Amino acid sequence: MAQIKNRLTPFFENITFDRDDNELVLNFGPQHPSAHGQLRLMLHLQQEQIVKAHPDVGYLHRGMEKMAENMIYNEFMPTTDRMDYIASSSNNYGFALAVEKLIGLEVPRRAKVIRMMLLEINRLMSHLFWLATTALDIGAMTVFLFAFREREYLMDIIEGYCGARLTHAAIRIGGVPLDIQDDFLHQLRTFLNKLPDNIKDYEDLLDSNRIWLMRMEEVGTISKEMALSWGCTGPMLRASGFQWDIRKEEPYELYDEVEFNVPYSDKGDNYARYRVYMQEMRETAKILYQTIAMYEACVKNDQTELMAHAPKYISAPKLDIMTQNYSLMQHFVLVTQGMRPPVGEVYVATESPKGELGFFINSQGGPYPYRLKLRAPSFWHTGILTDLLPGHYIPDVVSIIGTTNIVFGEVDR
Amino acid sequence: MRAYTPKDDVQAKAYYTDRFYVAPQVPKQDVSTDPVFAADLEAISAKFEVKESFIQVENMVIYINAKDIYAVLEFMRDSLEYTQLTEMSAIDWLAKDDTFEIFYQMLSMNKRKRTRIKFFIKNGDAVDSVEKLFRCADWSEREMFDMFGIEANNHPFMKRILMPYDWQGNPLLKTYPLEGDEFAAWYEIDKIYGKEAREAIGPEIRDTARVDRYDSERFARLGYEQPKGTKITGNEEPTVQSYQEEGGVFMVTKFDKDTSKIIDDPQR
Repeated sequence: MAQIKNRLTPFFENITFDRDDNELVLNFGPQHPSAHGQLRLMLHLQQEQIVKAHPDVGYLHRGMEKMAENMIYNEFMPTTDRMDYIASSSNNYGFALAVEKLIGLEVPRRAKVIRMMLLEINRLMSHLFWLATTALDIGAMTVFLFAFREREYLMDIIEGYCGARLTHAAIRIGGVPLDIQDDFLHQLRTFLNKLPDNIKDYEDLLDSNRIWLMRMEEVGTISKEMALSWGCTGPMLRASGFQWDIRKEEPYELYDEVEFNVPYSDKGDNYARYRVYMQEMRETAKILYQTIAMYEACVKNDQTELMAHAPKYISAPKLDIMTQNYSLMQHFVLVTQGMRPPVGEVYVATESPKGELGFFINSQGGPYPYRLKLRAPSFWHTGILTDLLPGHYIPDVVSIIGTTNIVFGEVDR
Repeated sequence: MRAYTPKDDVQAKAYYTDRFYVAPQVPKQDVSTDPVFAADLEAISAKFEVKESFIQVENMVIYINAKDIYAVLEFMRDSLEYTQLTEMSAIDWLAKDDTFEIFYQMLSMNKRKRTRIKFFIKNGDAVDSVEKLFRCADWSEREMFDMFGIEANNHPFMKRILMPYDWQGNPLLKTYPLEGDEFAAWYEIDKIYGKEAREAIGPEIRDTARVDRYDSERFARLGYEQPKGTKITGNEEPTVQSYQEEGGVFMVTKFDKDTSKIIDDPQR
């Protein structure tokens, strides 16, 4: 079947000149290497300066909220991996925590510690990925290779835990499915011992690099008001002068037991965001050292439970399912029909590497959520480009997109 | 006789429901149990009509009138330190009583509190845009318009955001099927080849799990693969899938764990 060429007329030519004021309209993306995914920007230019920016998203829209309404709760867990696919355990966790709050479950301590380890490893992976890609966009190929090497080690550790490198599905509603493998702690410790040197390597390459400073300093400045108005969260908010971290302010899991600082900056520009990311990596390493100690204490105190005990909602351990009739029946019902959380609503926010990841669930007592809204931080971090880009020059677009750290699996959901 | 399927809600239904099952409720607390929330509620109810209020899972929920939304959010932002609009969207209750429930999730960073403002609107009504107060509502309201068809008054750019501009239908309505409707099945074919090509190409198969056993063109005959274009009778033998290493492979020596050195440190 031959295509009729005329029917394929594109919406938008790549470049057009406006008739009157010599305004150039430039189409950036959706297939652009530094768009970090499928971002299309329509940029109105006067000379090289942007006067109007119009981000267009939706190229990766899979309708996850719709899918959630047609899936039982446990079935939706692997789908959440595909939101922020750079740090997928943090999405798993956000969803699991929301359902646990809805049901009112208390997760065993050992599972909490393992979850914190996974979350912080994911945060490191995400930040290393951010550093690598942003540096590559700006031209620092070496940093890209260095950061990806470190990320590879972390992916190996995660692969040893759950078998997957990118889409982990490593957390369950009510706990974690598995204990960590034998050499997990050894590998993690070896990695963490090297990490300060690695971070110092990146900083030696970038911190006082003339090109890096020119592309980063005083570029893409987000004021306090703008950050609040656009719903910025995570490093974007912290770089604009708010010392706000959900792990600290509304602690979940065992974050109230670990000691860490919340790095922030008053500058609000690209360089401030870069500094915040680098400092956060150090803080994450600090948390990971503490979780290792917590895990060893769990082993010592013989706290072996990994899943919460709630027969109405959570399947019994595999040993019980295989040996006890009632557990087998419960398991059968939970797998075929799904759990039925109570009637009510919940909004739970967690600090994902990108910002505030929120899950709003409206349950009507059925096995399917009646409404599930995913609050993905990158959605508004993309929206802010509308107000952030005007006044900047074309090369700044790339560095600003880089430091906003948007992931399109999350923007489009 | 065909089983009755409701047309106003085509989402997945539980295939077994106990007639006598009474679903438990997520507990609600009275607002007076939390002094910070109680003070906020008092300030709001002094100026606006509050229909219902309670605390559920650490969030205060307040039901107000639809016409007050702009003023309430402005009051909360300027006087009650609710500086961020975290999230807003709608819930579809069209099948129940022809209404939408709109919620605004607010965050106060100084008080470390989250409040949910809610109201109901009739099907076809518009909400007042709060884009002037919170810029993030620009995109949220566009998404709500895209997904539910609820318009926002005074919005600067009320266009679809995630779906294509020329899309028909609102995907998050309960009447919209998961696989998409007829428009969705023909969308790309109509656009690229034209309506006249519908018969030659066929609708887009949107069910990714579908396996057509009479299809030798699309490689969907898992385990019964046939050469392309073969006339399928349905009596094909299953494809033989032998494991290559069984009898040994030419030039390939088997990996021997005892004699090999295994490097188990990934950070070597």
